[in-house]
Amino acid sequence: MEAKIASAILAMLARFLSGASVRWIDSQPDECQRVYFANHTSHLDAVVIWSALPPAIRQLARPVAAKDYWTAGPIRRYMSRRVFNALLIDRTEIKVHQSPVDLMIREIAHRYSLIVFPEGSRSSGEEIGEFKSGLYYLCKKRPDLECIPVHIDNMNRILPRGEVLPVPLLTRISFGPPLWLERGEPKADFLFRAREAVRNLKEM
Amino acid sequence: MYDAVTLILVLGVVVLLGLATAVAYALRRRVDSGIDPAIVETFWVRIRAWWLLCSVLAGAYLFGHTATVVLFGLISFWALREFITLTPTRPGDHRTLFWVFFVGTPLQFVLVGIGKYWLYSIVIPVYAFLLIPAQIAMSGDPKRFLERSAKIMAGLLICVYCLAYAPALLTLPLPPPGDLADVNPATAASIAGLRLLFFFVLMVQMSDVLQYAWAQLPSKHVIVPAINPNKTWEGLLGGTVSTALLGMTLWWATPFPYWLAAVMSAVISLAGFAGSLTMSAIKRDRGVKDYGTLVEGHGGVLDRIDSLCFAAPVFFHFTLCYLVVIGVVKFAF
Repeated sequence: MEAKIASAILAMLARFLSGASVRWIDSQPDECQRVYFANHTSHLDAVVIWSALPPAIRQLARPVAAKDYWTAGPIRRYMSRRVFNALLIDRTEIKVHQSPVDLMIREIAHRYSLIVFPEGSRSSGEEIGEFKSGLYYLCKKRPDLECIPVHIDNMNRILPRGEVLPVPLLTRISFGPPLWLERGEPKADFLFRAREAVRNLKEM
Repeated sequence: MYDAVTLILVLGVVVLLGLATAVAYALRRRVDSGIDPAIVETFWVRIRAWWLLCSVLAGAYLFGHTATVVLFGLISFWALREFITLTPTRPGDHRTLFWVFFVGTPLQFVLVGIGKYWLYSIVIPVYAFLLIPAQIAMSGDPKRFLERSAKIMAGLLICVYCLAYAPALLTLPLPPPGDLADVNPATAASIAGLRLLFFFVLMVQMSDVLQYAWAQLPSKHVIVPAINPNKTWEGLLGGTVSTALLGMTLWWATPFPYWLAAVMSAVISLAGFAGSLTMSAIKRDRGVKDYGTLVEGHGGVLDRIDSLCFAAPVFFHFTLCYLVVIGVVKFAF
């Protein structure tokens, strides 16, 4: 119960602070299992996308985040465990038999959606970096997942790399039309297509 | 403190606004009215903004000076947010932006709230304006240094410093109005302040509308086509003269004699024109039509208050000059 209230308050606060206007372009909010993949420019990206989703869908969306950042300190730990129900990945201990993709597939089962940042680490914000292959392997193992491209505009100015205090500028979150991994589509082609889908949202 | 004059003023505006809303509502419902839908939509958006401004002022009337200052502070904060969002800055400007938003803006309104003219008139244009470039230099990023400093300074000046002069009208030591001779002097002065603020906001808004209306005349001499094709000489002259006449008919709500109420209204109209032309130039440069289109659903606050920002400090100082001339305020160095 207290986690629900905390999550409602946090979502409201995040929306107010980021001044986010949310657009769904050729796309609709839906409770089906999805992978929201977005450009990554700030620590707050996951929170902002999560808060931009309608409440019912928000409860099903689990941001994939770095364990070292989100377990540092009691507040972050509480928020990641109880409020966003984040799926924490240990960046220092990635093993072959315990790959993050397997962990994600196990954790979401047939219920949850994921919020991922395929660039891996935060980019400077001007150009979207190359996508890592995790998104491809995720889709290969679960081809039924809908991949929704998400573009976050201006977030890098609100909280750039290495800064602690946010500046209250206005962001814009755009959700695009779903895409799927085609049968036999090469990895590089799929990742390129996915990255272009995010980039196109910027101009729309 | 519900005095008859202020009530008449407020009710008059509410009735007018109600009528305008009804007309706009009817026009929006009818597709075949023969009026350009874009004009109807502009009108509709403006009416919504007026209701908002009207509620802000009503809140001021009900809850007093502090509430008014806080409300204007929030409008400033939001306007600055739109201004900076639209203006490209670099990561090196981040810390400067942080204190501009969270220290500079609130501080200006606190100083206005406590009525220290000698502080709020210089804190931004002297101290903040020296600190901004110094701190950007500290960030160690020399790229487009002067441009970046100037952008942040312009945003702070227009959205915060200038707008703060609107609630500052409440702190002027106005002579008690004639109809409140039997009320205690402190209350009378505060009512006079509220009336002056009300008069000011009303005149700015009316001058916007009148300039727009006069610009619809068939003969059009556009002033600066490259900046704003809707601003014509007919609009400026017609709008200024009719605002002056309207202001003259409302002299009873101001501390001015009737001819001065007309002059003040004309000055408000001219300053408002300068404000909206300046903002048009900034928008043109950034390639957007409205600050509102940048963020759907958040309405462009800056689009609505551009003329208010420019007119506020000018009107404040003209009023201060008048108070010096009639001997209410002693000018001493």
